[in-house]
Amino acid sequence: MDIHEYQAKELLNNHSIKTLRSILCHNGEETYRAYQTLAAPVVAVKAQVHAGGRGKGGGVKIAKSADEAKSIAEKMIGMNLITAQTGKEGKLVRKVLVEEGAEIIKEYYLSLTIDRKNAGVAFVLSAEGGTEIEEVSKNNPEKILTMSIKPLNGLKSFHILEMALFLGIEKSLYSEFSNLINLLYGAFIKEDMSMLEINPLILTSSNIFIPLDAKIILDDNASFRHPYFNDFIDEDEEEPLEVKAKSVGLNYIKLDGNVGCMVNGAGLAMATMDTIKEFGATPANFLDVGGTADAKRVETAFNILLSDKNVKGIFINIFGGIVKCDMVAEGVVTAAKNIGLKLPVVVRLEGTNADIAAKIIENSGMNFVSAISLADGATKISNIVNS
Amino acid sequence: MSILVNKNTNVLVQGITGKEGSFHTQKCIEYGTKVIAGVTPFKGKTSFNDSVPVYNTIVEAKKEHRIDATMIFVPAGFAASGIIEAIEAEIPLIVCITEGIPVMDMLNVKAALNCSKSIMIGPNCPGIITADECKIGIMPGFIHKKGGVGVLSRSGTLTYEAVNQLTKAGLGETTCIGIGGDPIIGSPFITFLKKFEEDPETKAVVMIGEIGGTAEEEASEFVKNNMKKPVIGFIAGKTAPAGKRMGHAGAIISGGKGTASEKLKTLEKNGIHIADNPSVIAETAKKALNLF
Repeated sequence: MDIHEYQAKELLNNHSIKTLRSILCHNGEETYRAYQTLAAPVVAVKAQVHAGGRGKGGGVKIAKSADEAKSIAEKMIGMNLITAQTGKEGKLVRKVLVEEGAEIIKEYYLSLTIDRKNAGVAFVLSAEGGTEIEEVSKNNPEKILTMSIKPLNGLKSFHILEMALFLGIEKSLYSEFSNLINLLYGAFIKEDMSMLEINPLILTSSNIFIPLDAKIILDDNASFRHPYFNDFIDEDEEEPLEVKAKSVGLNYIKLDGNVGCMVNGAGLAMATMDTIKEFGATPANFLDVGGTADAKRVETAFNILLSDKNVKGIFINIFGGIVKCDMVAEGVVTAAKNIGLKLPVVVRLEGTNADIAAKIIENSGMNFVSAISLADGATKISNIVNS
Repeated sequence: MSILVNKNTNVLVQGITGKEGSFHTQKCIEYGTKVIAGVTPFKGKTSFNDSVPVYNTIVEAKKEHRIDATMIFVPAGFAASGIIEAIEAEIPLIVCITEGIPVMDMLNVKAALNCSKSIMIGPNCPGIITADECKIGIMPGFIHKKGGVGVLSRSGTLTYEAVNQLTKAGLGETTCIGIGGDPIIGSPFITFLKKFEEDPETKAVVMIGEIGGTAEEEASEFVKNNMKKPVIGFIAGKTAPAGKRMGHAGAIISGGKGTASEKLKTLEKNGIHIADNPSVIAETAKKALNLF
């Protein structure tokens, strides 16, 4: 799960990692007071949304007075911030972080991620901080150091020395740097992070390393041992339909097309989307109804699909597996009748009793078409939405 | 012949008395799997369905039985401990069905596995099945039929789709393995490709991948350098948007890496027979085997 910059910094502070003093504000008035409280000549007003690239999109601005801070905040809050990561629809800004300024001597890039290939934790570092790391990686890959830490061996001094030498950090700053790297690694492991990105990590004129920005992704699967994960959830930042789906145990992701998809299993759901595209239509969503596609779940799934006004037809692709297809078919028909579904639906059910299921679908009296295979279903739904 | 499991494999079930564990253990027994014991803490000296003895720990079970493989249904928060218990008990094959194990736990499991002789399948997977002999997992048994194709996949129901096609096309399967949909899994495709190449009954291998990570690319390098048998590949997620987790924890395109098109390019370059969409997996296999 994604969290906000202010939450990320709170987490870092809990691990004794210093950040600049800052105050979260929800309106201009609070921002005005925050400027006075911080009593710093310069502050940054930073939009708090779950997306990177805020600076370029106008989501980070400098203020030199309380009035200026207030006026910036008033413009920023309520604006639709569009960055490279938000998509063209942008993200509504609801709160800003007001942070004291600092005199920056040098900017670095530093991140920790899970190294899938080596089953370790990877540090990625560069002396080219503050810019987009993807650009550096494309144009100057030699300016990036990736170092994988094996969990069994742990992070050792020689790793940190190599990082410091690569970044050109002087001996006088080494102990400070080493301390920070150890704290970051500890926080990453302890808090079950999937990603911790600090861009930039700054060296201030008082020779202190400070994360100026912090982006953290937490591993949802570890929420059982970190009760605070729940407090970090900001539903305003998520697609409302995705939130609704999640609350009933469905996995839904909205896309741009017009064929609503309902599939059991994540891999098959993705493959179904691909097949629809291959046969000339575009999927409106990814939706995994899970292993047991009973009437209740199917009904909720229908409601979610119908909330997307672009949907012109629905393709249901269920591989029966352990559950019998005729049971699933009955569930689908009941659910469709309960909500008075009018849109055309192509249903492909495979597995035990698929033939009985097809009859139930054909004789349902609903606007249903039965399909015998994935290709057959994809062809039929494409013809329907394209006609 | 087949790989890893057959009709003589003695199977232990960890978490045998739970809801999922008991349901699927029953299904496995019905399929013909030799489930010889189960483990659930504080349920020792009882039995499952009056036929399978239940023990508190693997150590207790091991005193009474030869254990070739274990099937794990332990809840996510305790699963890593269950896996490491199996590793320390030197069980040759560990199949973990559990979904939702934290990545940090899997990093530790992986480190423990690297120092052991155990092979692990999963987590977050349907398991392993040798057609008509032994099923260790949650896949529907009836779609499988003895034949000549090995199947490897990061997915669940998509694997069933492929198997169903292979069976209907008359090709049949030797062994099918769901390697798991998580970012960190017990064993990569390569572990099993190696075994399929050595298995005289396996004539071809179907490898089903998806977006995220680079496991398919590494597997295709292995295929190019070490395999004579044809490998058929499909990658799910051509239409997946970047930065979104598509159901499986491991299925995410991050920083422009792990896209389907990137994977397909590498696979094709390394001589994998590509199925352009999932409905032509069996057809592509037939072509690769020159059966047309």
